[in-house]
Amino acid sequence: MITAERKPLEELIECLKPYRRILLAGCNECVTVCAAGGRKEVGILSSALNMHFMKEGKPLEIKEITLERQCDPEYLEQLAPQMDQVDAVLSMACGCGVQEVARRFKETPVFPALNTKFMGASERPGMWAERCQGCGDCVLGSTGGVCPISRCSKQLLNGPCGGSTLGKCEVNPDIDCAWQLIWDRLKALGKTELYEENLPAKDWRPGRGAGPRKILREDLAS
Amino acid sequence: MENFEPVIVAYCCHYCAYTAADMAGSMRLRYPANVKIIRVPCTGKVDAIHIMKALEKGADGVYVAGCLEGDCHFKNGNTRAARRLAYVKKLLDDIGIGGERVEMFLMSAGMGERFAQTASDFTEKIRTLGPNPVKAALGEAKRAVG
Repeated sequence: MITAERKPLEELIECLKPYRRILLAGCNECVTVCAAGGRKEVGILSSALNMHFMKEGKPLEIKEITLERQCDPEYLEQLAPQMDQVDAVLSMACGCGVQEVARRFKETPVFPALNTKFMGASERPGMWAERCQGCGDCVLGSTGGVCPISRCSKQLLNGPCGGSTLGKCEVNPDIDCAWQLIWDRLKALGKTELYEENLPAKDWRPGRGAGPRKILREDLAS
Repeated sequence: MENFEPVIVAYCCHYCAYTAADMAGSMRLRYPANVKIIRVPCTGKVDAIHIMKALEKGADGVYVAGCLEGDCHFKNGNTRAARRLAYVKKLLDDIGIGGERVEMFLMSAGMGERFAQTASDFTEKIRTLGPNPVKAALGEAKRAVG
């Protein structure tokens, strides 16, 4: 999923100061799962902002809405009837959702309520960790299902480096050495010969190397 | 200000604090009528949104009363509630309402006296803090409309 964290309230309060009628829009997808921008978080943030501005003597009029997805034009249409009744939108979606709201509703300012972080997985309740950088050319089949691009601090394709100590990374002892994880997994699979195969220098163009990316499926395109 | 009677919402666990309130009643102990009890199956059920909405609607203080450490009927609901409360306190500090308006207390079902004492102490604490600043603004808004 795409993970995100709420921006500091101070920053949100500052960007809403010039406005009175706010549409606070959550998203039912990734940011709901990582407890950053789902219906519940919309309710909490709405209460917090309401209380702050009421205390300041400048009460806001906040409408709460949570869309199935903000990154799909079909769902965004649900916002349309509200748009002439609000001065600004505060989106609790990831950066993709915020941009789609801005693209669809050109007349209304849109602000992000979250800082979008990374594509990750839930390690335990309340903790999410980076797992994929969308490099566009997956190597997980050769590395025992552990990604050296997203989990090795140096993105080494043929690791580990000299900074791997007792299975931990030199960048931070809280980070597992990805290549230690890869080795352990290959051993468990009985496929240590894969470790001997050198992965060639990576072509970064399918990643961000050739600018913003698009996927076009001719069979589905209209 | 001298007539200020705080409204306090207390989320009480069915297995301890709620029963302790019952016990306080059986023991004919007095505690302030300011405290409005909401029974919950476990304090682990209490979410940040419940506390925030209570304050937004005009409560002057909110407390969550759960089982003693290690005694949660559902193993660790009370410790989860304590962590959520810490989160809400920070949120309230950030928006200028003040985290001291919310608190967590632990007690067992047999502690009727502790329940009554906690209710009295917390009511006094909120009385000292004064009304929820949101409530004052709410009142003004209502007066302006009326």
